[in-house]
Amino acid sequence: MTKYTDQGKQDTRSGYGAGMTELGRTNPNVVALCADLVGSLKIETFIEESPERFFQTGIAEANMMGIAAGLTIGGKIPFASTFANFATGRVYDQIRQSIAYSDKNVKICASHAGLTLGEDGATHQILEDIGLMKMLPGMTVINPCDFNQTKAATIAIAEHHGPVYLRFGRPKVANFTPVDQKFEIGKAVMLSEGTDVTIIATGHLVWEALIAAESLENQGISAEVINIHTIKPLDEEAILASVKKTGCVVTAEEHNYLGGLGESVSGVLSSHYPAPQEFVATKDTFGESGTPEQLMEKYGLNNKAIEAAVLKVLKRK
Amino acid sequence: MPNTQELQDLVFQVRRDILRMVHKVSSGHPGGSLGCTEFLVTLYNEIMDLKDGFDMDGIGEDLFFLSNGHISPVFYSVLARRGYFPVEELNTFRLIDSRLQGHPTTHEGLPGVRVASGSLGQGMSVAIGAALAKKLNGDDHLVFSLHGDGELQEGQNWEAIMYAAGNKVDNLIATVDRNGQQIDGPTEKVLPLGDVSEKFKVFGWDVLEIENGNDLEQVIAGLNEAKSRTGKGKPVCVVMTTEMGNGVDFMMHTHAWHGKAPSDEQLATALAQNPETLGDY
Repeated sequence: MTKYTDQGKQDTRSGYGAGMTELGRTNPNVVALCADLVGSLKIETFIEESPERFFQTGIAEANMMGIAAGLTIGGKIPFASTFANFATGRVYDQIRQSIAYSDKNVKICASHAGLTLGEDGATHQILEDIGLMKMLPGMTVINPCDFNQTKAATIAIAEHHGPVYLRFGRPKVANFTPVDQKFEIGKAVMLSEGTDVTIIATGHLVWEALIAAESLENQGISAEVINIHTIKPLDEEAILASVKKTGCVVTAEEHNYLGGLGESVSGVLSSHYPAPQEFVATKDTFGESGTPEQLMEKYGLNNKAIEAAVLKVLKRK
Repeated sequence: MPNTQELQDLVFQVRRDILRMVHKVSSGHPGGSLGCTEFLVTLYNEIMDLKDGFDMDGIGEDLFFLSNGHISPVFYSVLARRGYFPVEELNTFRLIDSRLQGHPTTHEGLPGVRVASGSLGQGMSVAIGAALAKKLNGDDHLVFSLHGDGELQEGQNWEAIMYAAGNKVDNLIATVDRNGQQIDGPTEKVLPLGDVSEKFKVFGWDVLEIENGNDLEQVIAGLNEAKSRTGKGKPVCVVMTTEMGNGVDFMMHTHAWHGKAPSDEQLATALAQNPETLGDY
């Protein structure tokens, strides 16, 4: 299988911050909003270099989403950022009416998604955000896997006209995709070709999928690993081409199995090419406090869980 | 000096449009629409600096945002009579395949509408965003918004009210339609708003009142005064007292016509009180 090297652990939110820094320098229409979480979102440099293009809304996310919608009227490209929980569930109707239904070019940028937020616990660990956002007509949903890809995605969505939900996280994780990669919205990334099983992963689970694939290779199992950074629109062609070759699939995501990537993949397969699928995802539960590693282990979201899911799905072929 | 006779003619005609629109589809919100007729007619024909035609960005012109989207009948009529789209299209209000949705939306591309509204409490935030964009663009035009008084019960308004004052959004004029009524009854009974002007003042806004928002001359004077107060470091709030259902005797002094359409007979009575001035659509 194709080998990937961790260039040094970094948090995906810093990838967002780096992308914003670049956009601040290159695109005068880009403006940033934040609801009292500037340090957590890593946008200090953008603010320092373009203070007139930053809007601090205070702890008032509903207002932030409305202001972002209004800023598009006049040609601005607002990046509204906060924790994923407050960027989605808390403000669903504001996003629905003022942004999505109103066709506004707002980028909703959400950090600290999922269990890897860690010790703060379930109040902050949203595992439903992908589902909430993908259900909105016209919303693009992106969950990049590492620092480099998050930076590239941040830059790419500024060029895309329409509402986007960009989801990333808190912990430092392996940074293994190429620096200065071209990010294509809606285009799956083939990480490693294989013949026995397809592993489709998104976000933090992509690196875990690569570790699992390596372990499986040692057991004589050839796994194809695909990074689906864009959950909507979904690259159906890439998914079908792979599953037609391997005959089964494991999906992996830091999200509830209801409403997540796995469900989207199921929809594609059941319509076009029914095949056995196993879900590495939370099983309709809230999280809890703990270290990210402990939580990913307890809730079955790491490379070991992916490997077990592969062994299970292979028996169903 | 404004030609108040022309505006008054338009007010009569817009009232007729509102009544005929909601009657045709037996649905919609005539009460608040009738109460805000003088305001919207004045705003679009006397106060706002508007370009010909419509583009979403609205750079180089004043903008208006309707936050209480349920009074879409008066909004649509005023937009059509101002030339944003053919008045005949008012015939399609709330019908299938229409651009005139029950609540205003950009989704069907209706000229004059810049954001969807109807789910209450969101319009002030959007207006603030548009006002901030104007400042960034060096565009010294103004942003106007209209809010129901009952709508102020939505918490997002108070986030927005705090933000606008704290950030000196002084190119914004937000008007509150203080008709004192909401679906379940008087606002002071459903959830008391108290002194709306004082509330805006203590949040840091420059506030003025229009005692009778159904008196054209008061509305013109009040909105001109509001304009003169912009650019001075504070957002401007106009608390405008109106009578829900104004212009139709049996629709006044009650919240009963908030979201109810008149019967054939009631329509005839109501139209008889509002002469056809510019031609029905």
